[in-house]
Amino acid sequence: MPEVRLPGNLVDLFPGTPRRLELAGGNVQELLASLDARVPGMHDRLLTTGPEIREHIRVFVDGRQADLATPVGPESVVHVIPAVSGG
Amino acid sequence: MSRVLLMVGTKKGAYLLDSDEARRDWQVRGPFCDGFEVRDVSYNPADGAVYAAATSPWFGPAVFRSPDLGETWTHSSAGLTYGDDGPKLTRVWSVTPGHGRLYAGVEPAGLFRSDDQGATWRHVEGLRGHPSTPDWMPGNGGLILHTIVPQPADPQRLWVGASSVGVFETTDGGETWTARNRGVRQDYNPGPPAEVGSCVHKFALAAGTEQTLFQQNHCGVYRSDDGGASWQEITGNLPTDFGFVMGVHPRDPQTAWVIPLTTPEKGRYTPDAKAAVWRTRDGGGSWARLASGLPQENAWLSVLREAMGVDSLDRAGVYFGSQSGQLFASADEGDSWREIASYLPQIASVDVTVLAD
Repeated sequence: MPEVRLPGNLVDLFPGTPRRLELAGGNVQELLASLDARVPGMHDRLLTTGPEIREHIRVFVDGRQADLATPVGPESVVHVIPAVSGG
Repeated sequence: MSRVLLMVGTKKGAYLLDSDEARRDWQVRGPFCDGFEVRDVSYNPADGAVYAAATSPWFGPAVFRSPDLGETWTHSSAGLTYGDDGPKLTRVWSVTPGHGRLYAGVEPAGLFRSDDQGATWRHVEGLRGHPSTPDWMPGNGGLILHTIVPQPADPQRLWVGASSVGVFETTDGGETWTARNRGVRQDYNPGPPAEVGSCVHKFALAAGTEQTLFQQNHCGVYRSDDGGASWQEITGNLPTDFGFVMGVHPRDPQTAWVIPLTTPEKGRYTPDAKAAVWRTRDGGGSWARLASGLPQENAWLSVLREAMGVDSLDRAGVYFGSQSGQLFASADEGDSWREIASYLPQIASVDVTVLAD
């Protein structure tokens, strides 16, 4: 199963959630749906209406920037990265 | 002995300050909702929880809930959406208890309600169904619904305020809404004042009244004795007609507080670099300058619309916070002031509640 790696300031919002999870899904959107099923509320933190990935969030599949439709293989590593932004 | 809980929303999280009813010594706790910009923090007496209207630059808008006065927090955005076909909801700006439920004001301007202590939300669609909606334009702070005033004795009646749009009232629980801006100047509008397009900054219901409202507008200070159907200007002897906050007394319907600021073109800070709160005791007939204990030189303070709170003790405590992170408190209805925190992040909101120990 693909592995999802989450940023620390995201898991802090869901106490007890590990930063690495193995989740089912054939693409990024399915994977994030599995994440929300495991940790309810994750969907709203990472996606906005559309659905679209939030403006200051990036998802990488095996090191390449991805969108919701990007395929995910059983050995893939998916990073969720908050943008370097703010002041 | 009572405990006073001061709730402060800032650009970088929420802070809680505790004191006894003497209100001399304050303990600061926080930041909570870390990483989120917190525009409003409220206490809900119905469930004893603290709620924060918060938005993260990464993770979007959410309402946080603490059931234990800040020890633990959860959050939810479930239902805080205009749907996939609607505009994107960019910020949650205000959270207000009333009528046994919670209301949230958001950007772009709209109203949501929760009947389950913030776990889920649903859109009060009637407001954005108002025929004026296509004409709503954002102000400097955005197209935000910032003020929510439930009529305590009537669960069907509610007023809301949105910047650059105006005041609206519902008397049927949110199904239909009426614009309530007659008599309010729109100096920036070259035509006659329109039904909407009024830049309300803050308004509040006078204590114990059915429908007396005080309003600080972009263009003056106003009073309405008919629930907003008509407004009378009470700017009177205030040094400027511009400001953001509006505080009202917990028991005396004739007492209110404002903080006049220089006009938008002149910086929006305390005039002459001297901090002062102004109080009326006669329903807006006249205003008295209150500055004892406030900085009187080199004080270019700017105070945002949610950044004044009034407690329910006798005498009432009044509190305000600045964009430069200072928090001031008065335990005697504004007669004297003390700076109780000096280095908070940019303060967006100040609310207060009195808890039985």
